[in-house]
Order: sequence, then C-alpha cells, then structure tokens
Amino acid sequence: MSVLDSKVPKGDLKTKWTNYKDHVNLVNPANKRKIDVIVVGTGLAGGSASATLAEQGYNVKAFCYQDSPRRAHSIAAQGGINAAKNYQGDGDSTYRLFYDTVKGGDYRSREANVYRLAEVSANIIDQCVAQGVPFARDYGGLLDNRSFGGVLVSRTFYAKGQTGQQLLLGAYSAMNRQIARGKIEMFNRHEMLDVVKVDGKARGIIARNLITGEIERHSAHAVVIASGGYGNVYFLSTNAMGSNATAAWKVHKKGAFFANPCYTQIHPTCIPRSGDYQSKLTLMSESLRNDGRIWVPKSLDDVKAIREGRKKPTDLSEEERDYYLERRYPAFGNLVPRDVASRAAKERCDAGYGVNATGEAVYLDFKSAIIRYGKEQAKIKGEDNANDARIYDLGKDVVEAKYGNLFQMYEKIVDENPYKTPMMIYPAVHYTMGGIWVDYNLMTTIPGCYAIGEANFSDHGANRLGASALMQGLADGYFVLPYTIGDYLSNDIRTGKIPTDTPEFAAAEKEVTDRINAFINNNGNHSVDYYHKKLGNIMWEKCGMSRNEKGLKEAISEIKTLREDFYKNVNVPGEANELNKELEKAGRVADFLELGELFAKDALTRTESCGGHFREESVELDGEQKGEALRDDKNFTFVSAWEYKGEPSDAILHKEELEFNDIELKQRSYK
Amino acid sequence: MNLTLKIWRQKNASDKGKMVTYPVTDISEHMSFLEMLDVLNEQLIEKGEEPVAFDHDCREGICGMCSLYINGEAHGPDRKVTTCQLHMRMFNDGETITIEPFRAKAFPVVKDLTIDRSSFDRIQHAGGYISVNTSGNTQDANALPIPKKNADLAMDAATCIGCGACVASCKNSSAMLFVSAKVSQYALLPQGQVEATDRVLNMVNQMDLEGFGNCTNTGACEVECPKGISLENIARMNREYLKATIKG
Amino acid sequence: MAKTTFRKSSVGKKVLMALTGFFLMFFLLQHLTINMLSVISPDMFNDVSHFMGTNPIVQIALQPVLMFAVIFHFIMGIVLDLQNRKARPVGYANNNAGANTSWMSRNMIISGLVILAFLVLHFIDFWIPEMNVKYIQGDMSGLLEPGVADSGYRYFEELQHKFVSPIRVGAYVIAFVLLALHLQHGFASAFQSVGARTNNNKTALQKFGNIFAFAVPLGFIAIALFHHFTYSH
Repeated sequence: MSVLDSKVPKGDLKTKWTNYKDHVNLVNPANKRKIDVIVVGTGLAGGSASATLAEQGYNVKAFCYQDSPRRAHSIAAQGGINAAKNYQGDGDSTYRLFYDTVKGGDYRSREANVYRLAEVSANIIDQCVAQGVPFARDYGGLLDNRSFGGVLVSRTFYAKGQTGQQLLLGAYSAMNRQIARGKIEMFNRHEMLDVVKVDGKARGIIARNLITGEIERHSAHAVVIASGGYGNVYFLSTNAMGSNATAAWKVHKKGAFFANPCYTQIHPTCIPRSGDYQSKLTLMSESLRNDGRIWVPKSLDDVKAIREGRKKPTDLSEEERDYYLERRYPAFGNLVPRDVASRAAKERCDAGYGVNATGEAVYLDFKSAIIRYGKEQAKIKGEDNANDARIYDLGKDVVEAKYGNLFQMYEKIVDENPYKTPMMIYPAVHYTMGGIWVDYNLMTTIPGCYAIGEANFSDHGANRLGASALMQGLADGYFVLPYTIGDYLSNDIRTGKIPTDTPEFAAAEKEVTDRINAFINNNGNHSVDYYHKKLGNIMWEKCGMSRNEKGLKEAISEIKTLREDFYKNVNVPGEANELNKELEKAGRVADFLELGELFAKDALTRTESCGGHFREESVELDGEQKGEALRDDKNFTFVSAWEYKGEPSDAILHKEELEFNDIELKQRSYK
Repeated sequence: MNLTLKIWRQKNASDKGKMVTYPVTDISEHMSFLEMLDVLNEQLIEKGEEPVAFDHDCREGICGMCSLYINGEAHGPDRKVTTCQLHMRMFNDGETITIEPFRAKAFPVVKDLTIDRSSFDRIQHAGGYISVNTSGNTQDANALPIPKKNADLAMDAATCIGCGACVASCKNSSAMLFVSAKVSQYALLPQGQVEATDRVLNMVNQMDLEGFGNCTNTGACEVECPKGISLENIARMNREYLKATIKG
Repeated sequence: MAKTTFRKSSVGKKVLMALTGFFLMFFLLQHLTINMLSVISPDMFNDVSHFMGTNPIVQIALQPVLMFAVIFHFIMGIVLDLQNRKARPVGYANNNAGANTSWMSRNMIISGLVILAFLVLHFIDFWIPEMNVKYIQGDMSGLLEPGVADSGYRYFEELQHKFVSPIRVGAYVIAFVLLALHLQHGFASAFQSVGARTNNNKTALQKFGNIFAFAVPLGFIAIALFHHFTYSH
C-alpha cells in the first residue's frame, strides 16, 4: 500500500461529492473568527478562495507578488471557461464534461476529482454572472457559448477574447468586498519564501516585502498555495515574467510531494520567437484554428527562398503547399488537440521546413476562410456577380468580426498584416498539468497545507483541454476548498492564535535570510537571466515537445552542472533591504534549477507517451496510427508523486494508482 | 539601432531622483520596448551598475503592470498598446528617448520607474463589487436576460486593466476614466442596480480622498488608454452620481 | 468613511462648472442678440437696452444671478486649476500633451483669465458708468441729456463712442478670440460634465459646439468693428 492516500470518498461516482458535503465536519461561525488562513497567490484559484473563506468568516491573509491582486496571470487567459450548463441543448451533461476532461487528459487524472469539477462547473457560471461578469450574450439576452478543441458540444462561456481577465476581476471584486470588511488582509508586493511547519503541520509562512526587503513572519492555522504553474522553467513561455514555482517548490522541500512534473502543455498557436532577446511568448487563442489552415512549403527550395525574402508565402500555389495536419489527420485536420498540433509543427520544422529566420514557424492561413465566408456573404446579400475583390472584402469583414482583436495584436507584434499574408505561428509552453500532489480534499502531504488551481496536479491528467483551466481554478477556490478546509480546521477551534516567536519560525526565517545574503554577497559574473536562459534552452531542447532517454539523461546532468555554476557565479546587484528585482529573480531561478532536474527525472521514468508527455521510444510502430503516441496503461496508470530528499536526483517516487471505474480507457485517435 | 535613453532614477520613495542618460546599443526594431530595457539592464549589470527598476509582468498587454511615460506619452507613441506591446520599430536609429514613471500625487514613486498604485485598489474596496456570497445557490445564470447591447457596453467598460495611463496622461491627474469604467460596468447590468447609489458615491468619495485631480474633459485619458475605454463612461458616471445625489 | 458633499466632490464641482457654463453661454447668446440690434436698428437697440437697464426683474432678480454665475464660474475654475496642479507635485521632464489633447482643452484657465481681464475692462466701460448714472446719480431716464425728453436714448450713442479707440477694439477682438477658444472646448465639455454626451451624439455636439464657439465671438467682433468703422462725428 502506497503512503499516498487520495481520501476519495467511497460510493457511486455521481454522489461522492454530495455525500462528502453531507458528512464533512463544519466549523461554527463564531469559531471561524478565531481561525486564520494564509492564501498565497491571488489568481482565479487564490482570489476566489480568499474571498470565499473570508465570506465564511475566516481571517484571511492573502499574498501576491504583484502590486495588486488584479494582475495575477489568470488575467491573460483568452478563450473561455467550460461549464456543463447545456444551454445549447446539444446533449451536454456533467458526465459528458467529466468524460471529455478525463479523455482529453489521456486518462491520467483522478476520476473523482474530475467528476466533482464537472459537477460544480455550472455553479461557477451562476456565481460569476451574479458578480457582474459580462459574459458574451446573444440577441435574446441569454448567455452565448462557443465550441473548443477536442469536444463535440458548445459549452464554453466567454467574454470576448478576455475571459480570464473578466473572471479574475470578478474574483478580485469579491476580494475587494472582503478587504473592505477587514476579513481579508491583503499583502501586495510580498513573496512567500518558505512555509513554516509546527508539529508537522503547516502553520505559517516567511514572506519578503518586495518594497522594503523586510523578511516577515506570518502565522495561520492553514496555508493555501495558489501560486500557479511552473511553465517559466522553460524561460520562454506564455506565463508572465514573474510567474514562478517558488511557493510550490518550498512546500515541496518541506514535505509536500510533487506530482507529474513532466506533464507540460505546449500550445500550438503562439507568435514565434523573433530573436535571442525574446523575453516571453504571446499566445494566440486556439479558436483561430477553427478557420485557419496550417501549412509549410512542400519544397525546401521554397523554404529557402521565403527565408531569404525572395518569395512570399502568397506566391506559392496550392500544389506547392503542404497542409500537413490535414494530410496526417484527415478526420480532425487543423482541429486536432493541442499536443498533436504542436508535435506536428515541430516535426516539420525539425525537418527544415520552418518558414522564418529562426526556422521555427509555420503558416496559419486564413485565405480559404476569407473566401469561403465572402462567397457566403455574397449569396446572403444577393450579389451573384461579386468579383474576387468584393468577395475578399466581404469575407475579411466576417473574419475581422470573429478574430479582429487577435489579428490586431499579431500585427502590433510582428508588423505584418495577417489579412494579407498568412500568420506565422509556433508552439510555446503554456500550462503545466503537473504540480503539488493533493488528495481529494486538496490537501498536500503536509497537514494543513493545501494546493489549488494550476499549482496542484489533480484534474487535467497529462493534457488539459481548452477552457478547462479557468474552470478548475474557480471550482477549487469558490466551491471545493471552502468545504474541504473546514474539515481540517474543525480540529483547530481550540488552538488559538499561532505565535510567530517560536523556534520554528526563527529557523525558517534564518534559512530565508541566509539564502538572500548568499545571493547578494556572491559577486559572480553572470546575471540571473543568463542562467535562466540556459536552463530554458536545456528544457526546451531536451524536455520539450518530444523527449527521449538520451536527451533526458543529458538534461539531468546539464541542469545539475548549471545549478552548481549558478550558485558559484551568479551576480545579484543591489541590496537585500530594497526593491531588488534581480534578487527576486535569483530566488525563483534557483528553484527552477531544482525543479527542472526533477522534471527531467520524472520524464525519464515515464517511458510511455501520454498527453503532453511524448516519449520518442513509445510510438505506434505500424497500422493506421503509425508514428503516433503510444500510451502504456498496463504499467503507467499512476500518478508519480516525488518526495524531496535533498538533491532532485535523490527524490523518491511514490505511485498513486489511478482507478477508472466509470470510463473505459481508449486510445485517442484523430486520424 | 543605437539609442540614447534618458531615464528617471530614484533610489527609493524618499530620494529626490533625477534623469540619467544611458546609451544603449544593438537594439533590434523587432524588440518590444521592455525587451530593449532588458538589454539595457543586462548591460548595466555587466558594468556593475544597478539595473533600472520597472514594473512589468504579463508582457502581453493585459496585466496593467507596466507604467512608463515614454517621450511624453503614457505607454509611448503607439495607440491602444501597453508599454510591453510597444515595439522599437516605432523609434528611429539614433533617437533620444525619455522614460519617466507615471506621475501623480496618488501614484508615488517607489523606485526608479516603479510606482505605487494602491490608490486604485482602495477605490475598488470602496464599492467596486457586487455583494453576493459564494453559496453556489445564486439564481441560474440565464434567469435574467440582459440586452446584448448593455452586456457589450458593460464588457467594453470592464476591459480596463487598471494601469493608470489615464491618470498619467491627464493634465489634472484625474482618475475619472478608471473609476467610471467600474461604475459603468455595474450600472449597465441588472445585478449592479441594487447597490448603484452607494457605489458611485463611495467610489467617487474615495477617489477624491486619494488626491486625484478633477476632470476637465480634455480627453487625454481616452486617447492614451491601451484598452480604448470610452469617455462615455465618465458621462455615465456623472449621470449616476447626479442620480445618486438626488436619491440621497 | 468621511462623506463629502455634492458641492465638494470632484463630480459635483464639474457639474456646477457645467451648469454655470450653460447659463453663461445662454447669456452670451442673449447679449449677442441685443448687440445685433445696434447694427440693424439703433432705435430698437435703444428701446431694448432701456428695458433691460431699468426693468426691475432684470435688474434686481436676473442681474445678481448673472453676477453670481460669473463669479462662481471664475472662482471655481481657479480653485479647480490650483487643486489640479497639486495633484501632480513632480511634473514630467518631457510631456507631449499635444499628442492627445487640444490646446483649448488644456488651457481653459488661460483663456478664462483673459476673459476675466476683459470683463474687468468691460465693466469699467459699461457697467460701472451705468451703475453710476442710474443708481448714484439717480438718472433712470436713459436719455442722452437728462431732463430733455426728446434728446433720445443714450445707449446707442455711448456704444458707438466706446468703439472709437482702436486699442480698445483690439483688446475686445483679442478677448473674443480667447472666448472662442474657451467655448470650443467648453461647449461640449459642459454636456459631458452633466452626463449628456454619448458616443452617439458626441460628433454632433462637437460640431455644434465649434459653430457656437466660432459664430458667437465672431458676432461680437463684427459688431465692435462695425461701430469702429461707422462711427462719425
């Protein structure tokens, strides 16, 4: 029997959550006032959890490294949020959303958690509308839905291309209400640098005030980590510049197991890199693939001519183009799931067909869509004799109405008009399905320490479907954690305030201060970014879209060497007791340098291909699926949860076996 | 490209601060403005000088963290972009670029180009919300149809990213566009009606207490707003305020 | 939380500025109409001037309202400007205000102060002598030669006399140019402040405001020039 207990309630899948809620221990309102909860991170998960816990009466201390909770990176999510409302009457249901999510995750998520997620999804929409979130509506004044990749129903609610922003501002407004009431004490521009354990339980954190550099002790009866994912281990990703894994990594080092670090989502439609100075990548909504056709030239001569500027993509005839997704996946074509589309782009570019100077770009072409829509409009308008230019204009208007803001964003960044010349896209790191291991209660292996949102691992398995991240963040924060945390805190009603003048806090503080001083006094000769870029390069080349044993072994040793060099030679200018962005970065990169190695180790251990994790050794060898990812359900239907033991290479693997009672495991086929 | 940068340097809130000139070389026109500053900072660190502190996070124009006043304009010379979306192709080789923090009494400088915009948060605490608990038992989201036009207008107002370019651009350092965007979003939705009176009075009151200036309708805010928030929102807030005053 | 009153709130202040502005714009129209009469018919001008100068409702009820509006608009304008300056204690080293605003909108205080200076001159020219004749000397007859019934009203004669000096006419012209600039922003701005401007009507409002801002001062200037060039004694 594994040391891991998922604490999934017994009984029928469909009634587990209801039964759980019926029997969970509650804390009475008067006692809630005596209990403090720390929430680290104020994105969708942290923001919604802070607001809800405060509403219930707990004293919440919320922390974010930005200057306001409203700036958390959930704000950048574009597409939408899934919910099993079945407003479109197209056969959607809780079960179907659950099924799609488990299947989309390539059968590597925990059934009970996903079912609960699907169950509360409808409440999220109700809650957000009541909060004043301006979701898109149809002319009848009812909520509109769109369809997203990999599913057969329209269940995605959206607010233009800024759904994440609107949902986050909704959570932020709920927080503001509680801040005004004094129930949330907000610590902006604070970074959690360690968790404090007393008698084995999480009882507080050590945080640095980023303005003054002061190291502060904060105590609470429970600590909630909602600090997002670790995509920035790649340096270049669609994450915000400040997005980091420090809070998650610190709790890992203090005893929380880290699950499935190798599950990373690489999003296929991002704006390509333009040079070495690139600081981050910008995502273009997946919805573009509904109308865009992806291609590269068939001949390498044309590729060369395009790179040298002698030819333009529009010069190439249809016969000279290779619509490789349509060629390889006739059934789904350009709408294959994210991981498949990304790998196919990489395959073409690795073969030398990349169309920009860096060789890492493919075309996303809207010409066919413009003409198709143009002809349709001409028919609607009764213009039977419309010439090509007129048809183009009519079609362009339709495309502009659908994707105008994305096209404008592209033009601002790339300085090319995507209506006239095909867009260039390339995959980029976008989301990390892996994270801190949590049980059904969302509690980590440290009692009293919880992880929610992207920071935990539970709901997306090996691959996340579009519009599911927002759903999970808000489900955890608004509707799951507030119940489950009460069960734990009901034992703490007599504990009283946790003092911070204890040896445990002192020791943790000293550890943090020592680490900071070591950086400041190091006086090395390379900047933090120098190391971060090197790490990113190793991760991208060897733990990126496809992985193999040799590369992963190299990555493990290269990261270790890089980490040692980092501690010897990193240069952190400025002082500890002031606003010092380089110092902030140094601490984060130090953690990435450990996480990256564990990542590679996890990827090495998992010799199957599943979801975002593609092992070159594990592919279909023949038949219709030849060359596609081959999952190994016999040997790998488990969660890899790593226990920290010093160096990442010493980490111990614990397996949580996954049981699928309500779903039959199948191969994902898009041919 | 090679450029000359004149940048505001200020050690901390109590330091007086001054403009300092830096040359910066090997800039690609495809870089974003912040990537250009990254290059400068790398060069400064190499020389053993302290890098320039500036706020930034998402680098895709949505978090509202970046707050630079470039060549006399909030977020620089381009329109409907934040500083992170401003690209160097907007500038000429050999150009001198001045970079200052957003300035207002209510936005004190923290360090160099980093400012404190917590006044915006406090305005939101004063009423930027609808008082509904997270019970999961609110009425069904489709129980109350909202005319598409109003939903769209509310969305347009809600796209505000709270960067403060409106305040920075306004000759009066007025925060009316920011406050009116939130007031408008809720005023346009039925869910916002219950608390409409208190909301507009309290938010305007807090705005005044924070030391922002008075609006004189110059319209600079609308022009410089990276999200194109319309002046119509300010007119709507004025109406709401009048209504609230009459209602008491 | 300390509540400010409507009058003291930033929104309240701008609404009051707008309301007094509306009143003053209406007054300008009325003033221009009467002045027009001096070009069309000196007799009619004299009759209306006498009515306005002696009618108790106008003199006792409306005149103080006008005075109040003028003084309120000026004082509030100056107070707002001082407050607004305080809202940015450290200015920009480089500020490209022309990129996003018109000169008129940014310099209402300058155009306003020029108009204030003009009003002082205008009061010295017309209002103080009027007050002197009517309420200190007690001559309410409005006649050119007091006591001589058929000497005719003095108003037209006095008006023409004032526009003999090219310096004064020049000062008037300058003041009205500044008034035009003030109105170019002020007209639409007042609608915005009371919440009446929308994206649907804003173009029309600005166009109408431009016409108003151009035509009203031009009318005053034309009348001043007319009298300057037609006066002969």
